[in-house]
Amino acid sequence: MQDVKFHKVLISVNALIPLAFLAYDGYRGALGANPIEFFLRTTGVLTLVFLLITLLITPLRKTFGWNALIKFRRMLGLYSFFYACVHLVTYSIFDKSLDIAAIVGDVWQRPFIAVGMLAFLMLVPLAVTSTNGMVKRLGGKNWARLHKLSYLIAVLGVIHFWMIVKSDVFYPALFGLVLAILLGFRLITGYAGKTGSPVVAKK
Amino acid sequence: MSEKIKSSEITPEGVYLNRRNFIRAGLLAGTAAATTVTYRLFNPQAVTETTGEAVDIPSTKPAQYSPPDEKANTFEEITNYNNFYEFATDKSSVASKARKFVTRPWTVEVNGLVQKPRVFDIDDLLRFEQEERTYRFRCVEAWSMVIPWTGFPLKSLLDQVEPLGNAKYVAFETFYDPNQMQSSFSAGIDFPYVEGLRMDEAMHPLTILATGLYGKLMPNQNGAPIRLVVPWKYGFKSIKSIAKITLTDVEPPATWNLSAPDEYGFYSNVNPDVNHPRWSQATERRIGETGRRDTFLFNGYADEVAHLYAGMDLKKYF
Repeated sequence: MQDVKFHKVLISVNALIPLAFLAYDGYRGALGANPIEFFLRTTGVLTLVFLLITLLITPLRKTFGWNALIKFRRMLGLYSFFYACVHLVTYSIFDKSLDIAAIVGDVWQRPFIAVGMLAFLMLVPLAVTSTNGMVKRLGGKNWARLHKLSYLIAVLGVIHFWMIVKSDVFYPALFGLVLAILLGFRLITGYAGKTGSPVVAKK
Repeated sequence: MSEKIKSSEITPEGVYLNRRNFIRAGLLAGTAAATTVTYRLFNPQAVTETTGEAVDIPSTKPAQYSPPDEKANTFEEITNYNNFYEFATDKSSVASKARKFVTRPWTVEVNGLVQKPRVFDIDDLLRFEQEERTYRFRCVEAWSMVIPWTGFPLKSLLDQVEPLGNAKYVAFETFYDPNQMQSSFSAGIDFPYVEGLRMDEAMHPLTILATGLYGKLMPNQNGAPIRLVVPWKYGFKSIKSIAKITLTDVEPPATWNLSAPDEYGFYSNVNPDVNHPRWSQATERRIGETGRRDTFLFNGYADEVAHLYAGMDLKKYF
Protein backbone atom coordinates (compact mmCIF):
# COMPACT_ATOMS: atom_id res chain seq x y z
CA MET A 1 0.00 0.00 0.00
CA GLN A 2 2.87 2.29 0.88
CA ASP A 3 4.24 1.67 -2.59
CA VAL A 4 0.99 2.54 -4.30
CA LYS A 5 1.08 5.83 -2.47
CA PHE A 6 4.66 6.43 -3.49
CA HIS A 7 3.97 5.51 -7.10
CA LYS A 8 1.11 7.98 -7.16
CA VAL A 9 3.48 10.66 -5.98
CA LEU A 10 5.92 9.53 -8.66
CA ILE A 11 3.28 9.83 -11.38
CA SER A 12 2.08 13.21 -10.13
CA VAL A 13 5.56 14.66 -10.03
CA ASN A 14 6.21 13.56 -13.60
CA ALA A 15 2.76 14.60 -14.79
CA LEU A 16 3.26 18.10 -13.44
CA ILE A 17 6.80 18.63 -14.72
CA PRO A 18 5.54 19.88 -18.13
CA LEU A 19 3.23 22.33 -16.37
CA ALA A 20 6.14 23.51 -14.24
CA PHE A 21 8.21 24.11 -17.36
CA LEU A 22 5.35 25.92 -19.07
CA ALA A 23 4.99 28.16 -16.02
CA TYR A 24 8.72 28.72 -15.58
CA ASP A 25 9.41 29.36 -19.28
CA GLY A 26 6.34 31.58 -19.44
CA TYR A 27 7.52 33.57 -16.42
CA ARG A 28 10.95 34.21 -17.92
CA GLY A 29 9.51 34.86 -21.39
CA ALA A 30 11.05 31.77 -22.99
CA LEU A 31 7.99 30.29 -24.66
CA GLY A 32 8.95 31.71 -28.05
CA ALA A 33 7.53 34.55 -30.11
CA ASN A 34 3.94 33.37 -29.73
CA PRO A 35 3.74 32.09 -26.15
CA ILE A 36 -0.02 31.63 -26.17
CA GLU A 37 0.02 29.46 -29.25
CA PHE A 38 2.83 27.43 -27.68
CA PHE A 39 0.95 27.06 -24.41
CA LEU A 40 -2.21 26.01 -26.25
CA ARG A 41 -0.47 23.47 -28.42
CA THR A 42 1.52 21.97 -25.57
CA THR A 43 -1.42 21.59 -23.20
CA GLY A 44 -3.44 20.04 -26.03
CA VAL A 45 -0.70 17.55 -26.79
CA LEU A 46 -0.37 16.73 -23.07
CA THR A 47 -4.11 16.05 -22.88
CA LEU A 48 -3.73 13.51 -25.67
CA VAL A 49 -0.57 12.01 -24.19
CA PHE A 50 -2.27 11.33 -20.86
CA LEU A 51 -5.39 10.04 -22.57
CA LEU A 52 -3.30 7.55 -24.54
CA ILE A 53 -1.35 6.49 -21.45
CA THR A 54 -4.68 5.93 -19.70
CA LEU A 55 -5.83 3.75 -22.60
CA LEU A 56 -2.55 1.85 -22.44
CA ILE A 57 -3.27 0.45 -18.96
CA THR A 58 -5.73 -2.24 -20.05
CA PRO A 59 -3.55 -3.65 -22.86
CA LEU A 60 -0.59 -3.78 -20.46
CA ARG A 61 -2.64 -5.61 -17.84
CA LYS A 62 -4.07 -8.09 -20.32
CA THR A 63 -0.79 -8.71 -22.09
CA PHE A 64 1.66 -8.82 -19.22
CA GLY A 65 -0.63 -9.38 -16.28
CA TRP A 66 0.46 -6.12 -14.66
CA ASN A 67 -2.80 -5.79 -12.84
CA ALA A 68 -1.47 -3.39 -10.25
CA LEU A 69 -1.41 -0.68 -12.93
CA ILE A 70 -5.18 -0.36 -12.61
CA LYS A 71 -4.59 1.56 -9.40
CA PHE A 72 -3.12 4.44 -11.38
CA ARG A 73 -5.55 4.59 -14.27
CA ARG A 74 -8.00 7.03 -12.70
CA MET A 75 -5.19 9.38 -11.81
CA LEU A 76 -3.79 9.31 -15.35
CA GLY A 77 -7.23 9.96 -16.78
CA LEU A 78 -7.67 12.90 -14.43
CA TYR A 79 -4.35 14.38 -15.53
CA SER A 80 -5.63 14.23 -19.09
CA PHE A 81 -8.74 16.07 -17.93
CA PHE A 82 -6.60 18.54 -16.02
CA TYR A 83 -4.56 19.47 -19.10
CA ALA A 84 -7.74 19.62 -21.18
CA CYS A 85 -9.10 22.17 -18.68
CA VAL A 86 -5.91 24.26 -18.84
CA HIS A 87 -6.09 24.05 -22.66
CA LEU A 88 -9.71 25.20 -22.77
CA VAL A 89 -9.22 27.95 -20.18
CA THR A 90 -6.18 29.29 -22.09
CA TYR A 91 -8.19 29.36 -25.30
CA SER A 92 -11.19 30.99 -23.64
CA ILE A 93 -9.18 33.74 -21.95
CA PHE A 94 -6.44 34.57 -24.44
CA ASP A 95 -8.04 33.67 -27.74
CA LYS A 96 -11.61 34.65 -26.95
CA SER A 97 -11.31 37.10 -24.02
CA LEU A 98 -13.99 35.05 -22.22
CA ASP A 99 -16.53 36.23 -24.77
CA ILE A 100 -19.11 33.43 -24.80
CA ALA A 101 -20.68 34.65 -28.05
CA ALA A 102 -17.27 34.57 -29.74
CA ILE A 103 -16.64 31.04 -28.44
CA VAL A 104 -20.01 29.85 -29.73
CA GLY A 105 -19.27 31.53 -33.07
CA ASP A 106 -15.92 29.76 -33.19
CA VAL A 107 -17.51 26.37 -32.49
CA TRP A 108 -20.00 27.07 -35.23
CA GLN A 109 -17.53 28.31 -37.85
CA ARG A 110 -14.52 26.15 -37.18
CA PRO A 111 -15.07 22.40 -37.29
CA PHE A 112 -11.84 21.62 -35.43
CA ILE A 113 -13.01 23.67 -32.47
CA ALA A 114 -16.40 21.96 -32.51
CA VAL A 115 -14.66 18.57 -32.43
CA GLY A 116 -12.39 19.62 -29.57
CA MET A 117 -15.25 21.09 -27.61
CA LEU A 118 -17.30 17.94 -28.06
CA ALA A 119 -14.40 15.84 -26.81
CA PHE A 120 -14.04 18.10 -23.78
CA LEU A 121 -17.76 17.97 -22.99
CA MET A 122 -17.56 14.18 -23.01
CA LEU A 123 -14.55 14.21 -20.71
CA VAL A 124 -16.50 16.07 -18.05
CA PRO A 125 -18.90 13.25 -17.09
CA LEU A 126 -15.98 10.84 -16.99
CA ALA A 127 -14.09 13.07 -14.58
CA VAL A 128 -17.20 13.63 -12.47
CA THR A 129 -17.87 9.90 -12.20
CA SER A 130 -14.29 9.01 -11.41
CA THR A 131 -14.77 8.93 -7.64
CA ASN A 132 -15.32 5.73 -5.67
CA GLY A 133 -18.72 6.99 -4.58
CA MET A 134 -19.83 7.54 -8.16
CA VAL A 135 -18.63 4.11 -9.22
CA LYS A 136 -20.77 2.60 -6.46
CA ARG A 137 -23.75 4.76 -7.30
CA LEU A 138 -23.63 3.89 -11.00
CA GLY A 139 -22.81 0.27 -10.50
CA GLY A 140 -19.71 -1.26 -12.03
CA LYS A 141 -21.35 -2.23 -15.32
CA ASN A 142 -22.91 1.12 -16.03
CA TRP A 143 -19.74 2.88 -14.97
CA ALA A 144 -17.68 0.80 -17.35
CA ARG A 145 -20.13 1.36 -20.17
CA LEU A 146 -20.05 5.13 -19.62
CA HIS A 147 -16.26 5.19 -19.51
CA LYS A 148 -16.02 3.52 -22.90
CA LEU A 149 -16.64 7.09 -24.07
CA SER A 150 -12.92 7.55 -23.56
CA TYR A 151 -12.34 5.71 -26.87
CA LEU A 152 -14.50 8.18 -28.74
CA ILE A 153 -12.92 11.11 -26.89
CA ALA A 154 -9.46 9.97 -27.92
CA VAL A 155 -10.56 9.61 -31.55
CA LEU A 156 -12.05 13.11 -31.48
CA GLY A 157 -8.89 14.42 -29.81
CA VAL A 158 -6.69 13.07 -32.60
CA ILE A 159 -9.07 14.43 -35.25
CA HIS A 160 -9.02 17.84 -33.51
CA PHE A 161 -5.21 17.83 -33.64
CA TRP A 162 -5.20 16.66 -37.27
CA MET A 163 -7.55 19.43 -38.35
CA ILE A 164 -5.58 22.32 -36.87
CA VAL A 165 -2.40 21.25 -38.64
CA LYS A 166 -1.90 23.07 -41.93
CA SER A 167 -0.17 20.39 -43.96
CA ASP A 168 2.43 18.55 -41.90
CA VAL A 169 0.40 15.79 -40.30
CA PHE A 170 3.33 13.86 -38.84
CA TYR A 171 2.45 14.27 -35.16
CA PRO A 172 -1.31 13.85 -35.49
CA ALA A 173 -0.63 10.75 -37.58
CA LEU A 174 1.70 9.42 -34.89
CA PHE A 175 -0.96 9.91 -32.21
CA GLY A 176 -3.50 8.33 -34.56
CA LEU A 177 -1.28 5.31 -35.06
CA VAL A 178 -0.78 4.78 -31.33
CA LEU A 179 -4.50 5.18 -30.74
CA ALA A 180 -5.28 2.72 -33.54
CA ILE A 181 -3.00 0.16 -31.89
CA LEU A 182 -4.60 0.71 -28.49
CA LEU A 183 -8.13 0.43 -29.84
CA GLY A 184 -7.16 -2.38 -32.21
CA PHE A 185 -5.96 -4.39 -29.23
CA ARG A 186 -9.40 -4.12 -27.70
CA LEU A 187 -11.10 -5.14 -30.93
CA ILE A 188 -8.87 -8.15 -31.40
CA THR A 189 -9.14 -9.36 -27.83
CA GLY A 190 -12.86 -8.71 -27.86
CA TYR A 191 -12.39 -6.45 -24.89
CA ALA A 192 -14.28 -3.49 -26.24
CA GLY A 193 -17.61 -5.29 -26.00
CA LYS A 194 -17.09 -6.56 -22.48
CA THR A 195 -17.51 -4.45 -19.45
CA GLY A 196 -14.34 -2.95 -18.14
CA SER A 197 -13.07 -2.72 -14.66
CA PRO A 198 -13.86 0.12 -12.35
CA VAL A 199 -11.63 0.10 -9.35
CA VAL A 200 -12.88 1.02 -5.97
CA ALA A 201 -10.08 1.57 -3.56
CA LYS A 202 -10.28 -0.79 -0.64
CA LYS A 203 -10.94 0.77 2.66
CA MET B 1 14.10 -28.09 3.35
CA SER B 2 14.34 -24.79 4.96
CA GLU B 3 17.46 -23.04 5.95
CA LYS B 4 17.29 -20.92 8.91
CA ILE B 5 18.28 -17.36 8.27
CA LYS B 6 20.79 -16.24 10.79
CA SER B 7 19.62 -13.23 12.69
CA SER B 8 22.79 -11.45 11.65
CA GLU B 9 21.70 -11.72 7.98
CA ILE B 10 18.37 -10.05 8.50
CA THR B 11 18.58 -6.50 7.38
CA PRO B 12 17.89 -4.24 10.27
CA GLU B 13 14.70 -2.29 9.78
CA GLY B 14 16.48 1.04 9.79
CA VAL B 15 18.80 0.00 6.99
CA TYR B 16 15.90 -1.47 5.04
CA LEU B 17 13.93 1.76 5.26
CA ASN B 18 16.98 3.77 4.33
CA ARG B 19 17.56 1.62 1.32
CA ARG B 20 13.95 1.89 0.33
CA ASN B 21 14.04 5.65 0.68
CA PHE B 22 17.22 5.69 -1.31
CA ILE B 23 15.58 3.72 -4.11
CA ARG B 24 12.55 5.96 -3.99
CA ALA B 25 14.64 9.08 -4.20
CA GLY B 26 16.48 7.53 -7.12
CA LEU B 27 13.24 6.67 -8.90
CA LEU B 28 11.88 10.15 -8.39
CA ALA B 29 15.05 11.83 -9.58
CA GLY B 30 15.52 9.40 -12.47
CA THR B 31 12.01 9.64 -13.87
CA ALA B 32 11.89 13.40 -13.32
CA ALA B 33 15.13 13.75 -15.26
CA ALA B 34 13.77 11.55 -18.05
CA THR B 35 10.55 13.56 -18.22
CA THR B 36 12.52 16.79 -18.26
CA VAL B 37 14.77 15.60 -21.07
CA THR B 38 11.76 14.39 -23.06
CA TYR B 39 9.97 17.69 -22.57
CA ARG B 40 13.01 19.71 -23.65
CA LEU B 41 13.62 17.41 -26.61
CA PHE B 42 10.19 18.19 -28.01
CA ASN B 43 10.26 21.82 -26.96
CA PRO B 44 13.76 23.11 -27.61
CA GLN B 45 14.64 26.56 -26.35
CA ALA B 46 14.68 29.35 -28.92
CA VAL B 47 18.02 30.10 -30.49
CA THR B 48 18.71 33.76 -29.96
CA GLU B 49 20.73 34.99 -32.86
CA THR B 50 20.75 38.72 -32.70
CA THR B 51 22.88 39.12 -35.78
CA GLY B 52 22.67 37.62 -39.19
CA GLU B 53 25.41 38.86 -41.46
CA ALA B 54 25.50 42.33 -40.06
CA VAL B 55 25.90 44.15 -43.33
CA ASP B 56 24.27 47.52 -43.43
CA ILE B 57 22.33 48.62 -46.44
CA PRO B 58 22.50 52.37 -46.81
CA SER B 59 19.01 53.73 -46.99
CA THR B 60 19.22 56.47 -49.51
CA LYS B 61 15.52 57.24 -49.53
CA PRO B 62 13.27 58.33 -46.69
CA ALA B 63 11.03 55.58 -45.33
CA GLN B 64 7.62 55.42 -46.97
CA TYR B 65 4.30 53.91 -45.98
CA SER B 66 5.36 53.22 -42.41
CA PRO B 67 2.27 52.61 -40.31
CA PRO B 68 2.20 55.72 -38.09
CA ASP B 69 1.69 54.63 -34.51
CA GLU B 70 2.76 51.04 -34.67
CA LYS B 71 5.87 49.71 -33.04
CA ALA B 72 8.01 47.31 -35.03
CA ASN B 73 8.53 43.83 -33.66
CA THR B 74 11.96 43.00 -32.31
CA PHE B 75 14.65 41.46 -34.48
CA GLU B 76 14.54 38.44 -32.21
CA GLU B 77 10.79 37.95 -32.74
CA ILE B 78 11.03 38.43 -36.49
CA THR B 79 13.88 35.95 -36.84
CA ASN B 80 12.62 33.20 -34.54
CA TYR B 81 9.07 32.68 -35.72
CA ASN B 82 9.05 31.82 -39.39
CA ASN B 83 7.04 29.79 -41.83
CA PHE B 84 9.59 28.39 -44.26
CA TYR B 85 8.46 24.83 -44.93
CA GLU B 86 11.54 23.95 -46.96
CA PHE B 87 13.48 24.01 -43.70
CA ALA B 88 10.92 23.03 -41.08
CA THR B 89 7.20 23.12 -40.51
CA ASP B 90 7.65 24.31 -36.94
CA LYS B 91 8.00 28.09 -36.88
CA SER B 92 10.46 28.14 -34.02
CA SER B 93 12.91 25.67 -35.58
CA VAL B 94 13.36 27.37 -38.95
CA ALA B 95 16.07 29.69 -37.62
CA SER B 96 18.36 26.86 -36.56
CA LYS B 97 17.58 24.66 -39.57
CA ALA B 98 18.32 27.48 -42.01
CA ARG B 99 21.55 28.62 -40.39
CA LYS B 100 23.84 26.96 -42.95
CA PHE B 101 21.78 27.91 -45.99
CA VAL B 102 24.17 29.18 -48.71
CA THR B 103 22.87 32.35 -50.33
CA ARG B 104 25.94 33.45 -52.25
CA PRO B 105 26.45 33.14 -55.14
CA TRP B 106 22.79 33.73 -55.96
CA THR B 107 21.00 34.53 -59.17
CA VAL B 108 17.45 35.44 -60.02
CA GLU B 109 16.34 34.55 -63.51
CA VAL B 110 13.72 36.86 -64.96
CA ASN B 111 12.10 35.76 -68.21
CA GLY B 112 8.83 34.93 -69.92
CA LEU B 113 6.83 37.64 -71.61
CA VAL B 114 9.51 40.31 -71.45
CA GLN B 115 11.52 42.26 -73.97
CA LYS B 116 14.84 41.73 -72.22
CA PRO B 117 15.07 38.51 -70.25
CA ARG B 118 17.95 38.63 -67.82
CA VAL B 119 19.69 36.78 -65.02
CA PHE B 120 20.34 39.07 -62.09
CA ASP B 121 23.13 38.39 -59.67
CA ILE B 122 22.42 39.21 -56.03
CA ASP B 123 24.95 42.01 -56.24
CA ASP B 124 23.03 43.48 -59.19
CA LEU B 125 19.90 43.34 -57.08
CA LEU B 126 21.58 45.04 -54.15
CA ARG B 127 22.52 47.88 -56.48
CA PHE B 128 18.88 48.86 -56.96
CA GLU B 129 18.16 51.88 -54.82
CA GLN B 130 17.36 50.32 -51.44
CA GLU B 131 14.88 51.91 -49.09
CA GLU B 132 13.26 51.14 -45.77
CA ARG B 133 9.65 50.00 -45.70
CA THR B 134 8.05 49.24 -42.36
CA TYR B 135 4.99 47.14 -43.08
CA ARG B 136 2.37 45.26 -41.16
CA PHE B 137 2.73 41.55 -41.88
CA ARG B 138 -0.35 39.40 -41.46
CA CYS B 139 -0.06 35.62 -41.54
CA VAL B 140 -3.07 33.52 -42.58
CA GLU B 141 -2.61 31.74 -39.23
CA ALA B 142 -4.01 34.88 -37.59
CA TRP B 143 -0.82 36.28 -36.11
CA SER B 144 0.86 39.45 -37.24
CA MET B 145 4.01 41.51 -36.90
CA VAL B 146 5.33 44.90 -37.93
CA ILE B 147 8.58 44.49 -39.86
CA PRO B 148 11.10 47.13 -40.96
CA TRP B 149 12.12 45.71 -44.33
CA THR B 150 14.74 47.10 -46.64
CA GLY B 151 14.41 46.55 -50.36
CA PHE B 152 13.14 48.13 -53.55
CA PRO B 153 9.90 48.14 -55.53
CA LEU B 154 9.38 45.06 -57.70
CA LYS B 155 8.36 47.53 -60.40
CA SER B 156 11.95 48.79 -60.66
CA LEU B 157 13.12 45.31 -61.56
CA LEU B 158 10.26 44.61 -63.96
CA ASP B 159 10.84 47.92 -65.72
CA GLN B 160 14.38 46.81 -66.53
CA VAL B 161 13.23 43.64 -68.31
CA GLU B 162 10.44 45.50 -70.13
CA PRO B 163 7.26 43.41 -69.84
CA LEU B 164 5.43 42.72 -73.10
CA GLY B 165 1.91 43.98 -73.58
CA ASN B 166 0.40 40.53 -73.18
CA ALA B 167 2.05 39.87 -69.80
CA LYS B 168 -0.80 39.65 -67.29
CA TYR B 169 0.74 37.83 -64.36
CA VAL B 170 4.07 37.44 -62.60
CA ALA B 171 5.04 33.96 -61.41
CA PHE B 172 7.66 33.42 -58.71
CA GLU B 173 9.62 30.36 -57.69
CA THR B 174 11.65 29.70 -54.54
CA PHE B 175 15.09 28.19 -54.81
CA TYR B 176 14.96 24.54 -53.83
CA ASP B 177 17.87 22.31 -52.88
CA PRO B 178 16.79 19.25 -50.91
CA ASN B 179 20.32 18.84 -49.61
CA GLN B 180 20.24 22.20 -47.91
CA MET B 181 16.54 22.26 -47.21
CA GLN B 182 15.83 19.13 -45.31
CA SER B 183 12.23 19.73 -44.55
CA SER B 184 10.20 17.22 -42.72
CA PHE B 185 9.25 14.47 -45.19
CA SER B 186 5.68 15.13 -44.18
CA ALA B 187 5.67 18.87 -44.95
CA GLY B 188 2.59 18.20 -47.05
CA ILE B 189 3.23 20.75 -49.80
CA ASP B 190 5.20 20.39 -53.02
CA PHE B 191 8.53 22.08 -53.63
CA PRO B 192 9.76 24.26 -55.17
CA TYR B 193 7.36 26.73 -53.63
CA VAL B 194 5.59 28.87 -56.23
CA GLU B 195 3.48 32.01 -56.03
CA GLY B 196 2.00 34.59 -58.34
CA LEU B 197 0.64 38.10 -58.62
CA ARG B 198 -1.48 39.88 -61.14
CA MET B 199 0.52 42.39 -63.18
CA ASP B 200 -1.07 45.45 -61.53
CA GLU B 201 -0.41 43.97 -58.08
CA ALA B 202 3.20 43.35 -59.01
CA MET B 203 3.65 46.90 -60.31
CA HIS B 204 2.00 48.50 -57.26
CA PRO B 205 4.39 50.75 -55.33
CA LEU B 206 3.72 48.86 -52.08
CA THR B 207 5.01 45.62 -53.58
CA ILE B 208 8.71 45.24 -52.87
CA LEU B 209 11.55 42.82 -53.25
CA ALA B 210 13.10 42.84 -49.79
CA THR B 211 16.81 42.23 -49.35
CA GLY B 212 17.01 42.84 -45.62
CA LEU B 213 15.34 43.86 -42.41
CA TYR B 214 16.40 46.15 -39.62
CA GLY B 215 19.04 47.46 -41.99
CA LYS B 216 20.81 44.12 -42.20
CA LEU B 217 20.98 41.65 -45.05
CA MET B 218 18.04 39.27 -45.02
CA PRO B 219 18.44 36.54 -42.40
CA ASN B 220 18.24 33.04 -43.94
CA GLN B 221 15.06 32.12 -42.07
CA ASN B 222 13.27 35.19 -43.42
CA GLY B 223 13.96 34.34 -47.06
CA ALA B 224 17.55 35.30 -47.84
CA PRO B 225 18.87 36.76 -49.97
CA ILE B 226 15.79 38.24 -51.63
CA ARG B 227 12.08 37.81 -51.11
CA LEU B 228 8.80 39.32 -52.09
CA VAL B 229 6.76 41.44 -49.67
CA VAL B 230 3.13 42.20 -50.50
CA PRO B 231 1.80 43.76 -47.30
CA TRP B 232 -1.92 43.64 -48.07
CA LYS B 233 -1.93 39.89 -48.66
CA TYR B 234 -1.50 36.97 -46.28
CA GLY B 235 2.16 36.23 -45.59
CA PHE B 236 2.39 33.08 -47.70
CA LYS B 237 2.01 35.20 -50.85
CA SER B 238 5.29 36.93 -50.00
CA ILE B 239 7.48 34.18 -51.41
CA LYS B 240 10.97 33.73 -49.97
CA SER B 241 14.44 33.09 -51.41
CA ILE B 242 13.39 33.80 -54.99
CA ALA B 243 15.24 32.03 -57.82
CA LYS B 244 12.92 32.66 -60.76
CA ILE B 245 10.49 35.29 -61.91
CA THR B 246 8.42 34.59 -65.02
CA LEU B 247 5.93 36.89 -66.70
CA THR B 248 2.96 35.04 -68.16
CA ASP B 249 -0.48 35.54 -69.64
CA VAL B 250 -2.16 32.86 -67.50
CA GLU B 251 -2.79 32.81 -63.77
CA PRO B 252 0.26 31.09 -62.31
CA PRO B 253 0.03 28.23 -59.82
CA ALA B 254 0.44 29.07 -56.13
CA THR B 255 1.62 26.46 -53.65
CA TRP B 256 -0.99 26.79 -50.87
CA ASN B 257 -3.74 27.32 -53.38
CA LEU B 258 -2.77 24.03 -55.02
CA SER B 259 -2.72 22.24 -51.68
CA ALA B 260 -6.12 23.50 -50.46
CA PRO B 261 -7.94 25.67 -53.04
CA ASP B 262 -10.98 26.16 -50.82
CA GLU B 263 -8.83 27.54 -48.01
CA TYR B 264 -6.23 29.64 -49.81
CA GLY B 265 -7.32 31.63 -52.82
CA PHE B 266 -5.03 32.97 -55.55
CA TYR B 267 -5.56 36.52 -54.34
CA SER B 268 -5.41 35.86 -50.60
CA ASN B 269 -5.92 39.49 -49.74
CA VAL B 270 -6.20 40.04 -46.00
CA ASN B 271 -9.94 40.14 -45.41
CA PRO B 272 -11.61 39.90 -42.00
CA ASP B 273 -14.90 38.97 -43.67
CA VAL B 274 -13.67 35.88 -45.45
CA ASN B 275 -13.79 33.08 -42.93
CA HIS B 276 -11.18 30.37 -42.78
CA PRO B 277 -12.02 26.90 -41.41
CA ARG B 278 -9.11 27.03 -38.95
CA TRP B 279 -8.45 30.62 -38.03
CA SER B 280 -10.78 33.49 -37.46
CA GLN B 281 -9.60 36.16 -39.88
CA ALA B 282 -11.62 38.81 -38.06
CA THR B 283 -8.92 39.24 -35.43
CA GLU B 284 -5.21 38.59 -35.11
CA ARG B 285 -2.61 38.23 -32.41
CA ARG B 286 0.20 40.73 -32.80
CA ILE B 287 3.38 38.93 -31.80
CA GLY B 288 4.42 40.38 -28.46
CA GLU B 289 0.85 40.96 -27.31
CA THR B 290 -1.40 38.58 -25.41
CA GLY B 291 -4.80 39.82 -26.51
CA ARG B 292 -6.14 40.02 -30.05
CA ARG B 293 -6.70 43.00 -32.26
CA ASP B 294 -9.09 43.53 -35.13
CA THR B 295 -7.89 42.66 -38.61
CA PHE B 296 -8.40 45.28 -41.29
CA LEU B 297 -9.41 44.79 -44.90
CA PHE B 298 -6.27 44.63 -47.04
CA ASN B 299 -4.32 44.60 -43.78
CA GLY B 300 -4.95 48.32 -43.35
CA TYR B 301 -3.71 49.24 -46.85
CA ALA B 302 -7.19 49.68 -48.38
CA ASP B 303 -6.54 53.32 -49.31
CA GLU B 304 -3.59 52.26 -51.42
CA VAL B 305 -4.85 49.03 -53.00
CA ALA B 306 -8.66 48.76 -52.87
CA HIS B 307 -8.93 50.23 -56.37
CA LEU B 308 -7.11 47.19 -57.80
CA TYR B 309 -10.14 45.08 -56.95
CA ALA B 310 -12.93 47.49 -57.82
CA GLY B 311 -16.02 45.61 -58.92
CA MET B 312 -14.65 42.24 -57.83
CA ASP B 313 -16.54 40.07 -55.38
CA LEU B 314 -13.86 39.66 -52.72
CA LYS B 315 -15.68 36.72 -51.18
CA LYS B 316 -15.56 34.88 -54.47
CA TYR B 317 -12.04 35.95 -55.39
CA PHE B 318 -10.64 35.47 -51.91
